[in-house]
Amino acid sequence: MSRLLQDTLLATAARYPNHTALVVGDVRMNYREVLHYACRLAHALRDRGVRRGDRVAIFMGNTWQCAASIFGVLLAGGVFVAINVHTKRDKLAFILRDADARVLLTEPHLARVFEPVAEQMPMLRVLCTADTNASPVGAENLDDVLADMPTTTPPQQAITLDLASLIYTSGTTGDPKGVMHTHQSLSFVLASINEYLGFSQHDRLFSALPLNFGYGLFQWFSAVHAGATLVLEHSFTYPSQVFKRMRDEEVTSFASVPTVFAMMLEQDAKQPLCFPSVRLITNAAAALPAEFIPGIMRLFPEAALYKMYGQTECIRGAYLEPALAEVKLDSVGRAIPGTELLLLGEDGQMVGEGEVGILHMRGPHIMRGYWNLPEKTAEVLVAGLLPGEFLLKTGDLFRMDADGHFYFVARSDEIIKSRGEKVSPAEVENAIYSLPAVLEVLVVGVPDRLLGEAVCAFVAVREGETLNEQQIKRICNERLENYMVPKHVLLVSELPRTVNGKLSRKLVMEQYAALLNELN
Amino acid sequence: MKKTIRQYILGNLLFTEDESALQDNDSFLSGGIIDSTGVMEIILFIEDTFNIKVNDDEMLPANLDSVDNLVAFVTRKQAVAA
Repeated sequence: MSRLLQDTLLATAARYPNHTALVVGDVRMNYREVLHYACRLAHALRDRGVRRGDRVAIFMGNTWQCAASIFGVLLAGGVFVAINVHTKRDKLAFILRDADARVLLTEPHLARVFEPVAEQMPMLRVLCTADTNASPVGAENLDDVLADMPTTTPPQQAITLDLASLIYTSGTTGDPKGVMHTHQSLSFVLASINEYLGFSQHDRLFSALPLNFGYGLFQWFSAVHAGATLVLEHSFTYPSQVFKRMRDEEVTSFASVPTVFAMMLEQDAKQPLCFPSVRLITNAAAALPAEFIPGIMRLFPEAALYKMYGQTECIRGAYLEPALAEVKLDSVGRAIPGTELLLLGEDGQMVGEGEVGILHMRGPHIMRGYWNLPEKTAEVLVAGLLPGEFLLKTGDLFRMDADGHFYFVARSDEIIKSRGEKVSPAEVENAIYSLPAVLEVLVVGVPDRLLGEAVCAFVAVREGETLNEQQIKRICNERLENYMVPKHVLLVSELPRTVNGKLSRKLVMEQYAALLNELN
Repeated sequence: MKKTIRQYILGNLLFTEDESALQDNDSFLSGGIIDSTGVMEIILFIEDTFNIKVNDDEMLPANLDSVDNLVAFVTRKQAVAA
């Protein structure tokens, strides 16, 4: 019986040892090789003091080492913390400190980000994959370390209630929050996802979504669970390279976000694209505009389209049966197998059909809470139907039709969704406030065809000071992931306040509505 | 041409005038200088500035992923067009 997340790899490697697990660049690895790498890493981590429940950070791009290391950390009894490769110095330092990471697994080309951070944290062990250059200062060469390690499975002490991962996600207050998932919550949601998507060992999943993000991570977990192959790309930066890879590898599943579909449709208009090997496509992370659907079905003529909804706190919450994709155009469907969706009003009472309510989720897939943030946890994990049970209050507003299908209406917080990534306005504002010439700043999301929402910063400069758009974008670029850097910077003389004197994102959007319209 | 390309990358993707922030052979992708929307911006820029047309099958790191690669690519395209 599969209890721990790593049991999926142990079972698949026993059953299909020679089956290709991963294709990344020129590297192809079978399940035996993935397991052996993960076991070697687990021994190396245990030798370096990692014990049950210790956090190990993985700061890597979408490499085979990243994918295999996730299982290595789990096999060592640790909790993996996968960090976006675009993370800058201050945020990396915040996450490593907040998670109290014992070990950092990373790559040499990221040295200029992690070296100064690691220098300030003498207790942190850094293991770095090798390339032609010498190892970065203070880091051990991971390849050398692993060469001496056994490929046997280390003894497993964790139980299913133990933490498996902290997944950092943007919060409304600016600092990222570590979402705590146990082996139980992740194993449950994995089985549920693979049940409704029906993956088998014959599938070849394609993903260019980052492994640090629930949707991207679960492409890998789904493949391992089913004994399928994951074809992993670093990103969608070079679309024609990505499309060639999809065709050459005859992928059967394509996981994406609306921005990528929009990009593909633009390319298709210039030079027609077609992927007949794909049998299923999934969309998550942001709502798929209904007008994209006919075009997507043309690009993937043999595919079933699954529209899905989730958040880091539960990984996945809802999906729409593909047969309904062109019928219920704006719906994200119903609860994933084994879970339940409830629409509640502010008073906690169920709302009626057609009325707008706050979506709550019930099921074993919901997180254990936010790491070290009991108050924030209490805001979203609310009393459930049975004693000691919790519901996840998503903060998203939905309505339900007569057939029990759910429709996204709006977010109830101010988080911006750009390219399917969560952007905290406060986090961007904090970066801009670090410029002394800034008097006030408000960051909002504005509609954008390609991005869904574009990040837009309104900045008022102190009297007698000067500041230009480039300086503002530069400070953001130095401190924030690329997708958080504002696309638009509007310099204004003052920002509107509410009657209580608070800066208001709502008022700024109203006051500058004409200016915002011009941006589109 | 190299100067124009460098100025564009520094000013519009790194948001700086500091010449030392960019080596001519730095990979934009591994260096975290661009992501998927950044490459589209670079293509629009070289198309407009150097009056060339980038085909979809030319959107590859070998052509676009560093200042050196861009200079070589644009030079080749202009030679073909001439």
